[in-house]
Amino acid sequence: MTAGRTKISVRGLSVAYGRIQALKGLSVDILENEILTIIGPSNSGKTSFLRCLNRMIDLDLQARVKGSVTLDEIDIRRGVSPEDLRKRVGMIFAMPIPLPLSIRDNVAYGPRMSGLRDKAALGRIVEESLRAAYLWDEVKDRLGHPALKLSGGQQQRLCIARTLALDPEVILFDEPTSGLDPISTAKVEEAALELRKTRTIVLVTNNTKQAARVGTRTAFFLMGDMVELGPTETIFTAPRDQRTEDYVVGRFG
Amino acid sequence: MRNEAFKQKLGFGVLLLATLVVVIPVLAIVLLVLVKGWGALSWTFLFTMPQDGMRAGGIFPAIIGTFYLVIVSIAFSLPVGVMAAIYLSEYARDNALTRTINLAIINLAGVSSVVYGLFGLSLFVVFLKFGVSIIAGSLTLGIMTLPVIITTTREALRAVPHSYREVSRSLGASRWQTVRHTVLPRALPGILTGAILSVGRVAGETAPILFTVAAFYLPKLPTSLSDQAMALPYHLYVITTQIPGIPEGFRYGTALVLIGLVLVMNVAASVLRSRYRKRR
Repeated sequence: MTAGRTKISVRGLSVAYGRIQALKGLSVDILENEILTIIGPSNSGKTSFLRCLNRMIDLDLQARVKGSVTLDEIDIRRGVSPEDLRKRVGMIFAMPIPLPLSIRDNVAYGPRMSGLRDKAALGRIVEESLRAAYLWDEVKDRLGHPALKLSGGQQQRLCIARTLALDPEVILFDEPTSGLDPISTAKVEEAALELRKTRTIVLVTNNTKQAARVGTRTAFFLMGDMVELGPTETIFTAPRDQRTEDYVVGRFG
Repeated sequence: MRNEAFKQKLGFGVLLLATLVVVIPVLAIVLLVLVKGWGALSWTFLFTMPQDGMRAGGIFPAIIGTFYLVIVSIAFSLPVGVMAAIYLSEYARDNALTRTINLAIINLAGVSSVVYGLFGLSLFVVFLKFGVSIIAGSLTLGIMTLPVIITTTREALRAVPHSYREVSRSLGASRWQTVRHTVLPRALPGILTGAILSVGRVAGETAPILFTVAAFYLPKLPTSLSDQAMALPYHLYVITTQIPGIPEGFRYGTALVLIGLVLVMNVAASVLRSRYRKRR
């Protein structure tokens, strides 16, 4: 549980959609090899925060972003192209969205887009990624089948494999288990915990128990502000702020 | 309750009636043309030159002419229309310019076909000095079909879920890679539908080719794009109204060939489309 060096540094980050302020000047350091879990009610800015870290927020033309984010001390708006940034900072969405391709082609999509053509290398990446997402054994005999035929839980693990295929240093999970049953949820969490050994993870969740189970540190967001950030255990046993306590014990109105 | 059931039956009855009103004319046209034209079909009719002031012989040059017009005009309008639609749907922001372009496209679709003919005459035939030729006629027809192709392509692109674009971009794909590898393959069946609709329109239109390509009587095959050509719809008009003493079978035979040609192309494109859908 030793905290590594700073991987991502966020300073004064604000996001506004028109007149609505979604994030209000937030600063936080995300450490290497930690799982930072972010909890908070809906509309607290969790997802906007996450989408700033890999510039997916740029796809939303309404969003206005201020402040700075650095990855390994490089400004992500100046020092790196959005495409390269997203290869280094992968993202898992709330709903599993397999592309309408085969299982194999879904996993190989990212590497192919970065120009990898070698079949043997792609095959290796597909197998390694599916193994790391705990999906290999279930699909190894039908890699050519449409990914849309998989169950919801399998689809989400496929999406994790697809992100892993790019070998990202940071993985952003945006409520990855909101649509999954408990067993599938456990498998996704297991994968996240395993990935933490070599990567940095930021996990946004509506499920406070999940945040407690997998988090190294936990942040509590409320209406665009970060109310509290601390070791997960502290947040759940002895939070400093009354609002955090109300939320984690479920007394939030 | 009973009253509701009756109302329901009445409602369905009216809807069914409306559907029949659509279907009956189609069936009637096809039947009429088939019955009256079938007898005229023969090897000579389909594959020889017209003779005796078009009162005898065949309609081969008109078939070939229409075929050329379809191929050349689609070869022009499909790529241009698809590229424009991609730009409008995937790249252009919603601003005054895009809105103006959209308005122009809608208006282009509403222009009457004879005006296209006049436009083609002044731009391609006279100003660009293409003369009355297949290329002038095809470009005129192509411009006429652009709105159809742009609109259907754009609808097809819009039908691709936004989340696919998000996923593709999140995996480090550029905007163009996303269009090329994720959006376009999904939209292709819809784009083909637009192309099919245009083929039917190009093959059947008379007014746009009137001043730009159509030859009244030209008993030889075109050898280049700058040649004039006969075309089925114009030929049908000519033998129906301009020349006395044409056997009735010739008219309906020509109409049958025109309908058949469009039908064959539609079926071919539909097969292509369903094959493509199945493959994925």
